[in-house]
Amino acid sequence: MEIYKKSITELSDLLNKKTISSVEMTNYFLERIKTHDSKLNSFITINDRFALKKAAEADKKISNNEHHLLTGIPIAHKDLFSTKNILTTCGSKMLKNYKPPFDATVVKKLDDIGMVNIGKTNMDEFAMGSSNESSYFGVVKNPWNLDKVPGGSSGGSAAAVAACLSPVATGSDTGGSIRQPASFCGLTGLKPTYSSVSRYGMIAYASSLDQGGPIGKSAEDCAILYNEINGYDPNDSTSNHEQKIEKIKLNFTKENASKIRIGIPLEYFSKNLDQSISDEIFKSIDVFKKLGFKIKEISLPNHNFTIPAYYIIASAEASSNLSRYDGVKFGYRCKDPKNLEELYFKTRKEGFGKEVKKRVMIGAYALSSGYYDEYYIRALKIRRIIRDSFLAAFKDVDFIFAPTSPTTAFNIGEKTSNAVDMYLSDIYTTPVNLAGLPALSIPVGYSNNLPVGLQIIGNYFSESGILNIAHFYQKNTEWHLKVPKEFDNE
Amino acid sequence: MSDWESVIGLEIHVQLLTKSKIFSASSTSYGSNPNKQASYIDLGMPGTLPILNKSVIKKAVEFGLAINAKIAKQSIFARKNYFYPDLPKNYQISQLDHPIVEGGFVSISDKGNEKIINITRAHLEEDAGKSIHSNENNCTYIDLNRAGTPLLEIVSEPEISSAHEAVLYMKKIHKIVTFLKICDGNMQEGSFRCDANVSVRKKGENRLGTRTELKNINSFRFVEKAINYEIDRQIEILEEGKEIIQETRLYDENKNITKSMRTKEEANDYRYFPDPDLLPIDIDEEYIQDIKRTLPDMPDVKMKFYKDEYKLNDEQINIILSSFDIMQFLEKVIITTKIEPKKIVNYFISSLYIKINKENYDLNDKNIEPQEFCHIIEALESNKISKNNLKKIIDELFLKKDSVDKIIDNLSVKNGNDDKFIDDLIEEIIINNKKQVDDYKNGKTKILGFFVGQVLKKAKNYDPSLIKEKIIKALEDI
Repeated sequence: MEIYKKSITELSDLLNKKTISSVEMTNYFLERIKTHDSKLNSFITINDRFALKKAAEADKKISNNEHHLLTGIPIAHKDLFSTKNILTTCGSKMLKNYKPPFDATVVKKLDDIGMVNIGKTNMDEFAMGSSNESSYFGVVKNPWNLDKVPGGSSGGSAAAVAACLSPVATGSDTGGSIRQPASFCGLTGLKPTYSSVSRYGMIAYASSLDQGGPIGKSAEDCAILYNEINGYDPNDSTSNHEQKIEKIKLNFTKENASKIRIGIPLEYFSKNLDQSISDEIFKSIDVFKKLGFKIKEISLPNHNFTIPAYYIIASAEASSNLSRYDGVKFGYRCKDPKNLEELYFKTRKEGFGKEVKKRVMIGAYALSSGYYDEYYIRALKIRRIIRDSFLAAFKDVDFIFAPTSPTTAFNIGEKTSNAVDMYLSDIYTTPVNLAGLPALSIPVGYSNNLPVGLQIIGNYFSESGILNIAHFYQKNTEWHLKVPKEFDNE
Repeated sequence: MSDWESVIGLEIHVQLLTKSKIFSASSTSYGSNPNKQASYIDLGMPGTLPILNKSVIKKAVEFGLAINAKIAKQSIFARKNYFYPDLPKNYQISQLDHPIVEGGFVSISDKGNEKIINITRAHLEEDAGKSIHSNENNCTYIDLNRAGTPLLEIVSEPEISSAHEAVLYMKKIHKIVTFLKICDGNMQEGSFRCDANVSVRKKGENRLGTRTELKNINSFRFVEKAINYEIDRQIEILEEGKEIIQETRLYDENKNITKSMRTKEEANDYRYFPDPDLLPIDIDEEYIQDIKRTLPDMPDVKMKFYKDEYKLNDEQINIILSSFDIMQFLEKVIITTKIEPKKIVNYFISSLYIKINKENYDLNDKNIEPQEFCHIIEALESNKISKNNLKKIIDELFLKKDSVDKIIDNLSVKNGNDDKFIDDLIEEIIINNKKQVDDYKNGKTKILGFFVGQVLKKAKNYDPSLIKEKIIKALEDI
């Protein structure tokens, strides 16, 4: 039946027709995790007991006809979403035994409609990384080539969905952490408009940039999930309650396409970009042209300042957000500290990994007196310039197409010794976070047998347009249907 | 005369009177078991986010308007980063560059001389928890009940020039916040406490001397003592030709000295930055005007009114304005009765005020209604009861056994106004004491005391002045 390949709608159909129960479906995916995850290391916690109980409840709802499209469908959550009484590690030794007493809003919303949380996925420690190599729980491997990284920081979620160990997963995107792993793993991943998805219960990395979103096989799956997780949350003061977000309907036609102007920012196709990726992107742009979209070149000036600005702002916020891990109240505590100072020093020295320590130090430095204006304030100015350049572009075009990443998935260990190289892999994704815009990555081809992602960037709250464009493309192409060979079997 | 002058600025921490904390729904009430009032937000659990309690904005704006300050159209919360075990997130949410209240002033009056003290700013912030150090088992316990309690920090300009002025200023602010009912003013429970920045310089010098900061002083008496000690300490050091070290010092109330806590070199770099978890507070003019309309008169306005309209003297005014409750109580009485305000205030001072002060009560503790006090003083004014009985009535009122009307009734029966018993008694005494009556008739009016005494022997607790009147009348009638 090839259940692993199926979309959410198809799975829901099977449950509806009682071809298969949610318990069976859940067991099926748990079995796949057991069979395959030793190769990938995409899960930190497998949630079998809770999941089967939840699936049984879902089956009851389905037979009582009290269900939602997503009832009984398995999902995996990135391990920074708090799950009540279920280990939530954030990929860190600091929280390796931490069980939150409450659910994140995103988790709760999906739980309430009966989705089955089958496990918590691996990630870069505290979401700091672009390759999933900084996790305390080990490196995650790319299902398309086990020598390659899956991208980060939502690498576990991407690897799990790409290997069909879960039909869909949640991720979070601070500088590209949904889109880049989606791109590396041949998936569709949505980074929503900042404020549209509640951050409550999502363990913070950089509060003004963090945004939760779905990673799935298709735009359709992402849209279904996004429809459920967005919305105002009184527990998150920064969550949007001015803009009413309608449920997204994927009903796009050629007629609609002809009215849409797409901008191609020339700066995003410079020497940083692999030629083969550029080629694949332009091939896909030709497809969009054929589908009726109007394509034009645009300019997004000053985006070369994005990476330093991003790393200063994100690290500054992180240095403060991560202060609470001190061994006093929860999480890891060092053994036998002699005094308070040693409790702090040893706990944080032993509990945090290298990348986290580096960013906490960068951030503390950028905020310290005498450097604040020079670093933090200047970074904020660049942030404003980036946002304004996007808004100026959106006067001319409706959406922007860009590569998601300058390279395809790279080798494990290839960039760990060169921080700048690693940070530059976020060059096309971070501007979107600085501006707070929504963007989606979709697979549009292959380079050396590794997936290439196209990024569709829209204006604030234009998720409906973005997902419709992607869905329209996916209806006419098959890149999103491909499954890595090793995992393409029952 | 000393040729030194001191320069003092105060930072007063006012705990805002709210039911719940500034960023969570936990209760702010005092004295419950440790950590019973700490939610996931107060604990800084990963993934939790602060939610602003909107009532603190109103209270801050009320204070700003009361001191004639500017209310910021947009104010911003910032994080003040430092590590301390009773600060759960290891940063305090406060305000730095854009406080909610800017500028403003109060006036203080020292022996009739008015002086303006300018207020730099007042900003909102969350309180920390408490660390309780135990010597017994070499442990520190942490109680986070207080963590997240809303504070308004009021920062004065360094325009205070003596410990005495500092106390007057602090009392003025105390009066304003309690009149506004934005703070309960309870200094024992730490609802109102202050830090003092103290420096000294030679008279005529324009430059400020190096200052020290005295932390967490929570009584008017200690503020005066701590500042005076610190001024003397600094002058002594400077006169020895040494330099003052900029540092934070702690006042030891038992020894009446200040001790160094940390020097500037050890001071934290707080790495302030705008809190990305909270939106800026936007306040429009309409909101400010709405609050302005409901604002009670401030003590200074009241003071002038009492002086001009009620013809009260300074001492009386000070007593009325010593607390909001007393002021409100007396104003209700003044409105309810026709008795002139001056008399009302005197009755009050000589009875209820003495009683609550002597027995350390709050006016509200015994739920005595202004209406009840009106009845009492009206009964006094109409001579229904003797003025000697005032104290007794108040005592009975505090016992709360009988209603005020019953208490008055009990006493007025014996007043003898229309009492046949008294009239008969007087007649009997006149008949039995012919000689004394003759003496009186011959002009020996001093003998009146004898008659009054005779009557009172048999009729205790009666109003002598009334009896005296009755006797005079009876003697005249012979």
